[in-house]
Amino acid sequence: MNAIAKFLRSPIGQKWVMALTGLFLVSFLIVHLSGNILLLLPDNGRTFSAFVDWMESRWIIRILSILLFLGFAIHIVQGILLYRYNRKAKGARYAVTATDNSSWSARHMALLGIGILLFLILHLWDFFFPMKVRKTFHHHQLYDEVVQTFQNPLWVLAYVLGMIILGLHLSHGFQSAFQTLGIRHPKYTPFIVAFGKWFSILVPLLFAIIPIALYFKFS
Amino acid sequence: MKLTLKIWRQKNAQDKGHFETYEVDAHEDMSFLEMLDVLNERLIRQKKDPIAFDYDCREGICGACSMVINGKPHGPLPGTTTCQLHMRHFKDGDTIWVEPFRAAAFPVIKDLMVDRSAFERIMQAGGYISVNTGSAPEANSIPVPKPIADKAFDAAACIGCGACVAACPNGAAMLFVAAKISHLGLLPHGQPERYIRARKMVERMYLEGFGNCTNIGACEAECPKEISLEHIARMNRWFAKASLIETEEA
Ligand code: HEM
Ligand code: SF4
Ligand code: FES
Repeated sequence: MNAIAKFLRSPIGQKWVMALTGLFLVSFLIVHLSGNILLLLPDNGRTFSAFVDWMESRWIIRILSILLFLGFAIHIVQGILLYRYNRKAKGARYAVTATDNSSWSARHMALLGIGILLFLILHLWDFFFPMKVRKTFHHHQLYDEVVQTFQNPLWVLAYVLGMIILGLHLSHGFQSAFQTLGIRHPKYTPFIVAFGKWFSILVPLLFAIIPIALYFKFS
Repeated sequence: MKLTLKIWRQKNAQDKGHFETYEVDAHEDMSFLEMLDVLNERLIRQKKDPIAFDYDCREGICGACSMVINGKPHGPLPGTTTCQLHMRHFKDGDTIWVEPFRAAAFPVIKDLMVDRSAFERIMQAGGYISVNTGSAPEANSIPVPKPIADKAFDAAACIGCGACVAACPNGAAMLFVAAKISHLGLLPHGQPERYIRARKMVERMYLEGFGNCTNIGACEAECPKEISLEHIARMNRWFAKASLIETEEA
């Protein structure tokens, strides 16, 4: 135990924390997307509502959502700590900075992370807080609330922007997590890199299509 | 060819430092260092302080010639040190910005010279093989598989120049340390100590104030010896193993 705690506090260990929580959040994206995509079925939300009902009645989902909250919290706090540590280690900046030696996303992971955090706050504010905390609507009304929210084009735009930021974060983050964990092999790494590229395009794209589709369907 | 140079001048570690502009008339067959030599001759004739910069071999093997040229350690040419960079890669009328390597662990001594002794201390922490391996053994007495020999050789090409640290937005020294850990740990004589070595060198690296890798990859792109990020993945693996499994108690 002592060895594990010591490792997780070492800087490479802190990177492992970033990578493990990052991959955990990636797995959450898949679950979240498979639920949300039901919003696109042409059945006025019947399947989606049934899914929400099922989720609300399972204690395992409760536990997973607490884990998810912890995952986000640890990833965010650790990310900000790493960012501050690295700013200090760099010290003075260059007058001229080369930008062709690395990707923009790789150099701006913390900025993209803050972007995701802002999106996350907006997103929780839209559905989670009114439904679970303020209880201004019941989860049976969630479908109507979602449709309602995306009648506002500004909201559609905010969500699309949020997904672009998420895509950029993942375009570096996905393969980076494997590198951090030391999982690298000439045979498998090209697959991991290619999978990460497609994942970072397709998953945010599918998420983003939902508000766009709902906007056009009901306007 | 006529060039405008914007060179970082800084009297000592305490000085704030500033850019100074110089016009030089260079020949395209000169190396970048020779071009600076010509400028320094002129400054000396004018009784001005010449520009301090590091060099030793001038043939791309010692790693001393540290400077950042137009935002790139060792300048624009891939796989090339400053001393091997020739002026024909610039155009007449170019403005060239020359700055010292930047990282908190590499403090500026004067002008373009930085203190890279942190690398020596990382080497002292574990960059060696503890037993005396004697004189070169008969080449075939210890079989080393060709792919392993190749990997170790690629890692051994690291000249300890510090360009990886200079290029890294996090001021991390992972590529250098990983190259050493791979180079020594992959070959038979260095293998018994590979996990302990990884732990000792990585711990020293952080004590020296280097940053934490976020896999940006600028180091690999700017390394004059084109050391691969593959070695960093191996170091992450070995360090984890050293911390979690191959601990002293085990
Ligand atoms: C659904 C949301 C998110 C997912 C799926 C995600 C995923 C990832 C992954 C896979 C990594 C790579 C880990 C590594 O380099 O080893 C990463 C890194 C990082 N993330 Fe996130 N992240 C998310 C949200 C956030 C948020 C909200 C923040 C912070 C405010 C953030 C900040 C960072 C930072 C600073 C890094 C480190 C940069 C690096 O290591 O290259 N992320 N993220
Ligand atoms: S890894 Fe490359 S850039 Fe870093 S010290 Fe070695 S030779 Fe220089
Ligand atoms: S002076 Fe030795 S590598 Fe450039």
